[in-house]
Amino acid sequence: METVRAFLRHPSGMIGLVLLLVVVVVAIIAPIVFPVSPWEMVGAPFTPPGEDGLWLGGDTLGRDVAAGVAYGARVSLLIGIASALAAMAIGVVIGAISGYFGGKVDLVLMRMTELFQTIPAFVLAILLVATFNPSLLTIILTIGAVSWPPLARLTRAEFLRLRHREFVEAALCQGERTWRIVLGHILPNAISPILVVTSLTVATAILLESALSFMGLGDPNLMSWGFMIGAGRTVIRNAWWMSVFPGLAILLTVLAINLFGEGLSDVLNPRVARRRS
Amino acid sequence: MNRREFTKAMLACGAAIPFGITRAAGQTRGGTLNTIIQPEPPVLVTALNQQQPTLTLGGKIYEGLLKYGADLKPMPGMAQSWEISPDGLTYTFKLFPGITFHDGKPMTSEDVVFSCMKLLVETHPRARQNFARVASAEAPDPLTVVFKLKQPFAPFIGCFDCTSAPIVPKHVYDGTDYRKNPENDKAIGTGPFKLKEWVRGSHVHLVRHDGYYLKDQPYLDEIVYRVIPDAASRALALENGTVQLVQWSDVEFYDVQRFKAQKNLEFTTKGYEYFAPHQWLEMNNRIAPMNDKRFRQAVMHLIDREAFSKRVYFGNAKVATGPVSSKTKFYDPNVKRYEFSVDKAKALLDDMGLKPGANGKRAEIKYIVPPYGESYQRAGEFFRQSFARVGIDLVLVGTDMAGWAEKVGNWDYEMTQNLLYQLGDPALGVARTYISSNIKKGILFSNTQGYSNPEVDKLFDEAAITLDEAKRQELYSKVQQILVEDVPVAWTLEIEYPIIYDKAFKNVVTTGIGSHETFGSVYKS
Repeated sequence: METVRAFLRHPSGMIGLVLLLVVVVVAIIAPIVFPVSPWEMVGAPFTPPGEDGLWLGGDTLGRDVAAGVAYGARVSLLIGIASALAAMAIGVVIGAISGYFGGKVDLVLMRMTELFQTIPAFVLAILLVATFNPSLLTIILTIGAVSWPPLARLTRAEFLRLRHREFVEAALCQGERTWRIVLGHILPNAISPILVVTSLTVATAILLESALSFMGLGDPNLMSWGFMIGAGRTVIRNAWWMSVFPGLAILLTVLAINLFGEGLSDVLNPRVARRRS
Repeated sequence: MNRREFTKAMLACGAAIPFGITRAAGQTRGGTLNTIIQPEPPVLVTALNQQQPTLTLGGKIYEGLLKYGADLKPMPGMAQSWEISPDGLTYTFKLFPGITFHDGKPMTSEDVVFSCMKLLVETHPRARQNFARVASAEAPDPLTVVFKLKQPFAPFIGCFDCTSAPIVPKHVYDGTDYRKNPENDKAIGTGPFKLKEWVRGSHVHLVRHDGYYLKDQPYLDEIVYRVIPDAASRALALENGTVQLVQWSDVEFYDVQRFKAQKNLEFTTKGYEYFAPHQWLEMNNRIAPMNDKRFRQAVMHLIDREAFSKRVYFGNAKVATGPVSSKTKFYDPNVKRYEFSVDKAKALLDDMGLKPGANGKRAEIKYIVPPYGESYQRAGEFFRQSFARVGIDLVLVGTDMAGWAEKVGNWDYEMTQNLLYQLGDPALGVARTYISSNIKKGILFSNTQGYSNPEVDKLFDEAAITLDEAKRQELYSKVQQILVEDVPVAWTLEIEYPIIYDKAFKNVVTTGIGSHETFGSVYKS
C-alpha cells in the first residue's frame, strides 16, 4: 500500500502510467471502434487525414491508418509483454542458478551470458527471425532470446548479495530444501529490481519488434506499427501520415513504459524511497 | 496466310530493311544520357546472365542478329536480311559488312555460330532450348550464317534479339571457361556503346564505339548508368533531371502518376511488347483444395482484378484474360470470362463441398510472398482480403529470394505469385508454364504448379511445329479456351512497366524490346 501511495505521488511515473493506460484502453477497444479489419481497404489509396471518414488518412492500398494504429497497439503490447516475460524467465533462471550455486556452474553460465552480450542484439534477432520464418511465436521467442542477458546478470548480482545473509543461512541450518530457499527467501527479496528491469525490457522489445517489422521481418499477418512505417516509408514525401502516426504511437508507448519503469524503480528502491519519506 | 505467303512476307520484310536505316533529318551527334541501373548487375555479359538489369545495360554492348518491332515482327539487327526456306527448316542470315568488336577485331559468321551453338547453349537457359532444335549451323562465308532445324519451329525467327541470342567474340571465349574468363570484366561486344569504366556501387560509364557499322551511329557520345539503391532517391533523380531516363521498376508504381504530369518528361508503356510481363496467382495443383478445378475457378471470381490493378499497381496494369497476353501473338479474347463475384465464388466452393466450418472458415492456405519488393507484399495483402470474403484464411509467409526459389521450384508451396515474360510467341513464353513435359522439380519458371492435361500438351506441341499462321492461331485459340476453363493458375494482370525520359531525347523507344535496345539511334535534340 505504502508503495502504491508513493508511486501515486511520483509525477513522471504517473504520467507514464496514464499514457500506458491510454495505450492499453486503445488496444482493448480497437475492435469496437474499428469493427472492420485493419487490413480491409476501406477508402481510396493515399486518402489524406480527415477525408472520407479516415481520421488519420488511408495508406497506399486505402487501408485506415487509424485502425492500423489501434490494432497495432494490441500487437505491440502483446509482443512487448510476452517477450519481456520470456526474457525474464530465461534471465531469472540462469541468474538464480549462477548466483546461488556459484563456482564452476557460475563460471560456465556467465561466460555463456557474456557470449550473448557481445553479439549485437538486433543483428542476432534478424538472424534468428530470418532463419525461423517470421511468425508471432518466433518473434516473441527471438526477442526473448536476445533480451535476457541483463536480467540474468542482475538476478545473479542480487542472489550473490543475498546468498550469505543471515536469514538465508538460518533457512539452510533449518534444513530447508534448495528450491524453497531460492523461491521462498531469496527471490522475493530480489524481485523489485528484476521487475523494474523487466518493465523497461518491454519498451526495448516493442522497439525491436518495430524495427524487425520495418525491415519486413515481422509476422506478415499482423498489423504492427513497425510494419506500417516500413510500408509507408517509401512514400513519405507524398504521404507523411502513413509513417508519422504509427511512429508517434511507438514514441508515446515506449516513453510511457520508460517513465513508468523509472517511477517504479524510484519507489521500489529503498534508499530513494526512504529519502522521500 | 499459307506457308508460301508467310515466307514471301518474311523475305519482303528482309528486303525492305536497307531503306529503313537511311539517316533521317535532324539527328545530331553528341550528348550524354544519364540513366539508372537497379539493382546493380553482377556482370555485364548478357550471354552469361539474363537478369533484367544485366540485359538493360548489356543491350547497349551486345547485339543480336535481329530486333523485334512493337508488332513483334523481325527487324534487322546485325543481320541485314534473312530467308526462311519454304519447308521451315533452313534459316539463312546475311550480316551487315564491317561489324567489329570493341577490341577492333572483325565480327564474322564464325562468331555467330560459336555464340549460338557453343557458348549460349551452356550459359543461357532460354537459348539452350531454342538452339537444341538446330541440327547444324554453318558459316559458308564471313557474312552468311545458315541454321538447319531438326523439325519446323515457326517461332525460331523470334529467338535472335539481344536478350535471347547475344553475339560474343569467339577469339575471346573459345576453349576457355566462359564464366571465369577474365575478359568478362571488359565486356567485349559489337554494340554501339562500349564499356569505359564500372565503379561498383556508383556507376557504369559507356562510351561511343567509333567503329560501329551503321553510318553515323551511335549519335550519343556516352551513356552513364547510375546505381541508386533507394526508390525515393531514384524518383528524385528523375524529378530534378540528374537522370533523363528510367525503365522497368526504377520508379515505383505510385510515383509513376506524378511523372506523367511533369512537362519535360515523356511517358510511355511501349517497348515491353516482346516481354509482355504476365502475372498470376500460382496455386499448387497437387494439393487440396487447389486440385479441384472449381476451387481455382472460384479464385478467379474472388479477385477483383480491376481494383487490384488500381490499388496495387496504380492503374499501370491491364486485367489478364488468360494465359496469353493481349500483346503476344495468337492472343484470343474469346475465352470464358470470370467477372468479380463473391456469390459465384461461394457457389463454386459450396458445390465442391468446401463449406464453412463452425467458425465460419472454409480453409486455411499458406501464401508465400515473393521477396521482390513492395508491390508483391501489397499484392499478398490484397489477396488475403479477397479470400477473407468467403471465409478462406490466407496466411502470408515471408521468405528471402533463395527461399522463394527453392520452395516454388521444389513444389513445396500452396500459393504464391509469379510473373513471367511471354517472349513474343506462345511457344517460347507461354507453353513452358502448362505443358507436362516441363514439370521439372527444382527448376523455377517451369510448370511448377503441376498442371497436366494431355490435350493441352498435344495442342502446344502441334502449334510449335506448325508453320501456317492461321492453323497456329486455331490451335492456340483452342488451348486458351481449355486453359481458361481449367484455370491452372489464376491470371491477374498484364503489368505495364513505364519508360519515362526527358523529351530532349528522341528515338528512345523504337522496338518491342524497348529499354534493352542498343540505343544506337537515340539522339539528343
